[in-house]
Amino acid sequence: MAHIELNEIAHSYNKNPKDDSDYALKHIHNEWKDGGAYALLGPSGCGKTTLLNVISGLLTPSQGRVLYDGKDVTDLPPEKRNIAQVFQFPVLYDTMSVFNNLAFPLRNRGIQESEVKKRVMEVAEILDLTPYLNRRAAGLAADAKQKISLGRGLVRSDVAAILFDEPLTVIDPHLKWQLRHKLKEVHEQLKLTLIYVTHDQVEALTFADQVLVMYEGELVQIGTPQELFENPKHKFVGFFIGSPGMNFLACTVDGNTARVDGAGILLDDDTAALAQKAQGKMEIGIRPMHLEVHAESVKGGIPATVKSVQDQGSFKILTVNMAGHTLRTRMPEGQAVPPNEAWLRFPKRWAKLFVDGRLVNK
Amino acid sequence: MGLSLQNINKMVGQEIHLENINLEFESGSRNVLLGRTLAGKTSLLRIMAGIDRPSHGKILIDGEDTTGVWVRKRSVAMVYQQFINYPSLTVYKNIASPLKVSGVPKPEIDRRVRETSKMLHIDDLLDRLPAELSGGQQQRIAIARALVKDAQLLLLDEPLVNLDYKLREDLRIELQEIFERREAIVVYTTTEPAEALMLGGNVVVLDEGRVLQTGATPDVYHNPANTKVAEVFSDPPINYLHCTVEGQTARMGENIEFPLTNHLQSLPAGQYTFGVRSHHLSLNRTSTDDTEIRTKVQLAEINGSETFIHANYDNSRLVVQKDGVHPHRMGTEISIYIHPSCIFAFDAAGVLVASPALNRLGV
Repeated sequence: MAHIELNEIAHSYNKNPKDDSDYALKHIHNEWKDGGAYALLGPSGCGKTTLLNVISGLLTPSQGRVLYDGKDVTDLPPEKRNIAQVFQFPVLYDTMSVFNNLAFPLRNRGIQESEVKKRVMEVAEILDLTPYLNRRAAGLAADAKQKISLGRGLVRSDVAAILFDEPLTVIDPHLKWQLRHKLKEVHEQLKLTLIYVTHDQVEALTFADQVLVMYEGELVQIGTPQELFENPKHKFVGFFIGSPGMNFLACTVDGNTARVDGAGILLDDDTAALAQKAQGKMEIGIRPMHLEVHAESVKGGIPATVKSVQDQGSFKILTVNMAGHTLRTRMPEGQAVPPNEAWLRFPKRWAKLFVDGRLVNK
Repeated sequence: MGLSLQNINKMVGQEIHLENINLEFESGSRNVLLGRTLAGKTSLLRIMAGIDRPSHGKILIDGEDTTGVWVRKRSVAMVYQQFINYPSLTVYKNIASPLKVSGVPKPEIDRRVRETSKMLHIDDLLDRLPAELSGGQQQRIAIARALVKDAQLLLLDEPLVNLDYKLREDLRIELQEIFERREAIVVYTTTEPAEALMLGGNVVVLDEGRVLQTGATPDVYHNPANTKVAEVFSDPPINYLHCTVEGQTARMGENIEFPLTNHLQSLPAGQYTFGVRSHHLSLNRTSTDDTEIRTKVQLAEINGSETFIHANYDNSRLVVQKDGVHPHRMGTEISIYIHPSCIFAFDAAGVLVASPALNRLGV
């Protein structure tokens, strides 16, 4: 297994890039620790597949170096990097048995048949494929096939990392959680470096210990799922993670108070102090779940009107108007919805300040 | 207008796609067809539209038999899962097309195209071609084309299913607001309980070509007639626990017993399936009446706003829904708490015999 370093990487598909917008990857500089479970999350066109191709060696970046365990592999092709990949659609030999499919990468490398058998049996056991070993791959369901693709990566004891590119796309929704569970289990048992690319937040947040959120060719935040939810460092993370996304309100800061068209929102001391030094476009961000909604006037409550209510069973989404701004709030099933007027409270812990789209914090 | 489906059957070869469907729809009503994939939702919608003919049965509009009437002669508009637009026509011409076909005067077309495109926030894209636009914008054009006709019957077949979840969020809320202002019969199909609840109105729960239950959407959600309806109308899947009732006590698994009170008090002795929706399970004790199940975390799924903790107990899969994003390592020991007031009781045949009192859920 390998520790992977991306050193000052930038890539443009354009031969003579002029400005930032010509770069698919703007400036990527980070490390992927040996044995880590990582997800690369972002919308289509954000550059995540380009980055994956730089890591695997399918693409040589315009700038920067790729290091595996300290060794420069920037110019090496994928087969020299010992990378295994699992794609959206299972890539298998349909006419071969499951056993032979799993054995293929080992036999290809001239490994002794006794060792091949031992490794294949081990991996089949981990992936619950033992009963299917003598079956032809052609007749199996998509989830079993995708497990075989994964198994072909796992059999190689020298594999540096396994890269997954949207691997659950073709899997039935009700089987997805079982495969996610299997992937987690494999990671816990084998401690491999796993990199999982997806636009689906459920897959990224469920699979990874560390999620890298990518937006317009930049890694805008690297953190645990909880950090992305509770402390989004970039407006895009606030918007993209969670449903509905974070509310944002343009504001000015005056002492400890953020002013939004006449409404005052109290900030915590640290944020207020940092805001004094900050310059740029200021916005308050708060998640719908963290906005308190009251049916009666409360201390520190800002008056608002309820425009519409969407019942989703376990909770309700309210669309409210506060000081001329539309906000979404989320109320648990048991809480009564105010009919017209409501009072909103922004708990200090959850009212975040953004300057030019980036979180103000220490 | 009133639309009535009488004894509708649809056979394709030897396969039954719809069986004995009897439904009534009134003007201005919002109706959701809720069911899993292959439940018969699209088949039924196509028959209502007049695109397909039923094998048996009649479709009456205001009492008049219209079973064989060609779709073009009916006042109907339909939106499909796939984004279907005329690729060589501008957004403006796409939206105007149904009005042009029915000979509406030009100034009137212009007024209605602008009004409808504004409602769907595509009024600044009128000169563009569909291929230049995102999936979300393309589906907005298809919806605008359906709305501009002002048809008496507006059919939408999982219109949001092919959109990224971020695009769905807004359109889902906007559609609800648009439907509220319409005179037409709106029929909307979905596989998602949350979407059905958001649309409100009436729901028809379909499974394997049959109607399982109809009624006001929240009523059906809170009183699913049987285990099948409860499954179709719960996401994550409803949690089922097998219980034996004797006297005033329920017993489940090896060693869990709890007293039956309130809505469960008068259950006769026997075998039951107790159902609890995942947001009513908790990892913290909320009251002394809670029943505790000790088990281990199998997986914590996170969707960005909620965490779903999967676990097993007594051969049942349990899912606990928790607000916010929380780490739960696989294999960690946990206690899952059930408050008896949240339990649906189904008898041995799977028929609902007791449902939670709404005031106890705070609804």
